[in-house]
Amino acid sequence: MSRLSVRKTYKLFIGGAFPRSESGRSYKVMDKSGNFIANPAMASRKDARDAVVAARSALSGWSGTTAYNRGQILYRVAELMESRRDEFIEEVSLCEGIGKGKSAKVLDAAIDRWVWYAGWSDKLGSILGATNPVAGPFYNFSIPEPVGVVALIAPQDSSLLGLIDLLGAALTSGNTVVALASEKAPLPAITLSEVLATSDVPAGVVNILTGNTKEVAPWLASHMDVDAINLAGVEMDDVRQLASEATDNLKRVIPPKSQDWSRTPTLTAMTSTLEVKTVWHPIGV
Amino acid sequence: MSGTAYSALIDGTDHSGLSRFLSALPTVDQVGAEGRAAMLGTRSIKTTSKAYAIDTAISMIDLTTLEGSDTPGKVRALCAKAVRPDPTDASTPRVAAICVYNDMVGVAREHLDSIGGQDIRVAAVATAFPSGRASIAVKLQDTRDAINAGATEIDMVIDRGAFLSGNYGKVFDEITQIRQACGSGETRAHLKVILETGELVTYDNVRRASWLAMLAGADFIKTSTGKISPAATAPVVLVMLEAVRDFQARTGKQIGVKPAGGIRSTKDAIKQLVLVNETVGSDWLTPKLFRIGASSLLNDLLLQRQKLSSGHYSGPNYVTLD
Amino acid sequence: MSLFKYAPAPESRAVVDIASSYGLFIDGEFVDGTGTAFKTINPATEEVLSEIAEASTADIDLAVKAARKAYVKVWSKMAPAERGKYLYRIARIMQERAREFAVLETLNNGKPIRESRDVDVPLAAAHFFYHAGWADKLAHAGLGSAPKPHGVVGQIIPWNFPLLMLAWKVAPALATGNTVVLKPAETTPLTALLFADVCQQAGLPPGVVNIVTGAGSTGAALVSHPDINKIAFTGSTKVGKAIAREILGTSKSVTLELGGKGANIVYDDAPIDETIEGIVNGIFFNQGHVCCAGSRLLVQENVHDEVLDRLQRRMGQLRVGDPMDKNTDVGAINSAAQLARITELATTGDSEGANRWSAPCDLPAKGFWYAPTIFTGVTQAHRIAREEIFGPVLSVLTFRTPAEAIEKANNTPYGLSAGIWTDKGSRILWTAARLRAGVVWANTFNRFDPTSPFGGYKESGWGREGGRHGLAAYLKEGEQS
Repeated sequence: MSRLSVRKTYKLFIGGAFPRSESGRSYKVMDKSGNFIANPAMASRKDARDAVVAARSALSGWSGTTAYNRGQILYRVAELMESRRDEFIEEVSLCEGIGKGKSAKVLDAAIDRWVWYAGWSDKLGSILGATNPVAGPFYNFSIPEPVGVVALIAPQDSSLLGLIDLLGAALTSGNTVVALASEKAPLPAITLSEVLATSDVPAGVVNILTGNTKEVAPWLASHMDVDAINLAGVEMDDVRQLASEATDNLKRVIPPKSQDWSRTPTLTAMTSTLEVKTVWHPIGV
Repeated sequence: MSGTAYSALIDGTDHSGLSRFLSALPTVDQVGAEGRAAMLGTRSIKTTSKAYAIDTAISMIDLTTLEGSDTPGKVRALCAKAVRPDPTDASTPRVAAICVYNDMVGVAREHLDSIGGQDIRVAAVATAFPSGRASIAVKLQDTRDAINAGATEIDMVIDRGAFLSGNYGKVFDEITQIRQACGSGETRAHLKVILETGELVTYDNVRRASWLAMLAGADFIKTSTGKISPAATAPVVLVMLEAVRDFQARTGKQIGVKPAGGIRSTKDAIKQLVLVNETVGSDWLTPKLFRIGASSLLNDLLLQRQKLSSGHYSGPNYVTLD
Repeated sequence: MSLFKYAPAPESRAVVDIASSYGLFIDGEFVDGTGTAFKTINPATEEVLSEIAEASTADIDLAVKAARKAYVKVWSKMAPAERGKYLYRIARIMQERAREFAVLETLNNGKPIRESRDVDVPLAAAHFFYHAGWADKLAHAGLGSAPKPHGVVGQIIPWNFPLLMLAWKVAPALATGNTVVLKPAETTPLTALLFADVCQQAGLPPGVVNIVTGAGSTGAALVSHPDINKIAFTGSTKVGKAIAREILGTSKSVTLELGGKGANIVYDDAPIDETIEGIVNGIFFNQGHVCCAGSRLLVQENVHDEVLDRLQRRMGQLRVGDPMDKNTDVGAINSAAQLARITELATTGDSEGANRWSAPCDLPAKGFWYAPTIFTGVTQAHRIAREEIFGPVLSVLTFRTPAEAIEKANNTPYGLSAGIWTDKGSRILWTAARLRAGVVWANTFNRFDPTSPFGGYKESGWGREGGRHGLAAYLKEGEQS
């Protein structure tokens, strides 16, 4: 007789903790054939608000971490994901309705994507910075800096790789993140949050919400303490309204575009959540 | 007097207090100071204000000859020029002083007195000018010789070597001793302390040396000997003017400033007056508080003066060359 | 004691020849506008200088069509090096006619001739010279091996630096292969119209640069024109947000250079005399009509009184008056509307309990004037500490520790500029790293250079102008196929 398994409770990930939604709500996640999989938490606007507060308070620490250290911390996430391969393969397969073989390839790419972004942390300044030869006795340099708190509406179709791609791009330069996971396929994101919780990524640097995209995304788009928003997982019909709300504080808006998540990203993936700061100083004795 | 100012600002008479005080002065940002001086250099002084500036500048000149080849004849000619700068125009002001080595002081004083130039002062460079590399005994004797010969102003040099090696106390003591040698009361010779800013190099040093000289009892702080380049650049004068301004704010005492060296054109001289006007204010626009050490400058001022009064350009044959 | 008063030293107006009326510059020619013409004045005297055509929606359409045609047929096909040579030509002609530009700018804007002569015009020419060199080197700009222009760019510029903002916009747009429809500010069209003449002298192909004059409605027509590929705007945050919303749902890209409330932080070890100059330059340069002005002075509390004493003394030296006088430091406010805005905001400073002090100066009877003013005792809660005044009004606040300075400096929705004054190198870098601002001036202020990227964090805008980073605003990433 087989043993009855102990199921996992899928919860939100905010400020390093795993709360249920403050609203007490959950929603049903089904597989492709309509079979019940789980009841993850259904985040409310207040959960989104709490997540932004957590991300904001983690920002100075994370952006102030040395680039070398940030790189190591992100690399460690890849290490930890390797140790939970089976679980991720199972969940991606179940949620995205793809076979285990395909799912394993997705996982390989996802882990490799962490490694790729980990290696960027201490290169961005060299590639994107500059010393500017101004016409005067001044030393003048430009450096990339994280834009701040980034909201990610994760892609709906690529529940793990797509999410990790957006996370890596934002995190490697020192941003902190509030991510809204794929609505229909949230389980890999939640498992990822468990990986992050046991990694060296400080609490609050990544916050992951699950729930209804149409309900939560507008609260993130209009939130005045969010600096940038990636609308990757938003339905095309909703983009205009969300982008409009995002202009209330002139968030940097990254519109959705059709994307092959398995391809190596371009620099733009990272520059879209960077600012450039230019500093002047006189040269004299 | 100097003792009062000194003790009001630094603790007692120990030299470590002096050193601490000078080190704690605000620094000067080179680019900012040069930028400010350059901006003031763009002031456009025209018509009536130019006429005023030219006459004011003439009245502030310490007409100078400091050559190994100086002779009584040369010095007498300079005295004649000082008394009557433009023989064709009696309204031309006289210069403030004649500035010579101490062996020429007697000649200058005697000749000035004989041609009606009693109001023109005789300044002597002293203290082993221009290098200042001699014992204090020699420097004191140098000073006394000049005063005995009739000098009423002493232009002393500081020991730049001592200053640059951090021995501020030695510089201070020399200045106070020379000041004592200048006498006392009504007849005391005025002391101008030459910083030789071209050898101090940084504006921070110029500021410290200015304060050091003022604390030690200088009546004037003077940029340069004229033997070292750069000399009286606009930013150096700006920093020195800031020092006298701040010294007045803290002690109530007005110290004069004398740029010397490199000021050859009317334009340069007017820039100096603009610096004074917009840094310490027009209170300082008097020969009592601002002098310009120069020789060839006077003729350029006279040419410009003639242009203003006649409306056409003049030429070198219409001013006197000595 | 004597008084050294500077006699008037007016720059000659004879170098400029202002027409009684101006049309629109479309397709290489001046044409009549079909909107309602408006008058442009000298804000220092209220004298009418000329009558300016207003571009209607139909005129905008003509201008965009001309720009499109020039883009498709000429400019996008031209060898990049040749494109660059046109820009070099423009730079040289601007240098040749520098005095003309300076005088015209001062007459129409009210800024001191010293600034238009020594800052605006030389920098404008430098922007063309700098970007000219980029034209055939774009593959090295970090945007792929074959970056592509957007096409037709609509550009809207403000009245505070009319010619310089034109150069910031037009030079990179042309260098990267775009064509331009530019709308100068309603109150300051004249140097842009003189620039049209420069384009003609340079032999620039018709339609590459089009200049359409008018007010907000003209700008709105330009923004909403369907055949514009990109909008570049410098102006208020309010209008910037409206533009950002207007183009939603279109494929237009946009860059915005908007407002600011720059913090100028003075630590107690600052080089004091240069700091005072920097404070003055930070807020009174160009009458404070500067988006990156250091309009919030944050002084370490232990030197507050000394800094204020020195600042007031220095402000007493400012020469306020006739902008055409070569010795004027502070000129006229650009318009009656701006003067009203400054006056209104400054009045809230009084009513909210801050202490006003203005430099003693005689203001001319005609024209728009505001005496250089500081408010002390200001806190973060005051409107004058939060809202952009865009005039010669400085709000003075204090701080106790570096962390408090940073906290106050960043406590604003804006993030364009900031200043740091200290003698300590490590503190400069510590502070600079924490300021949320696109441009940080340490021991200097209000410096600009074509090689140096300029632009804001947060609500101060999107994108950069100048330097390699500024090119990204006018190029789409692309690879050699």
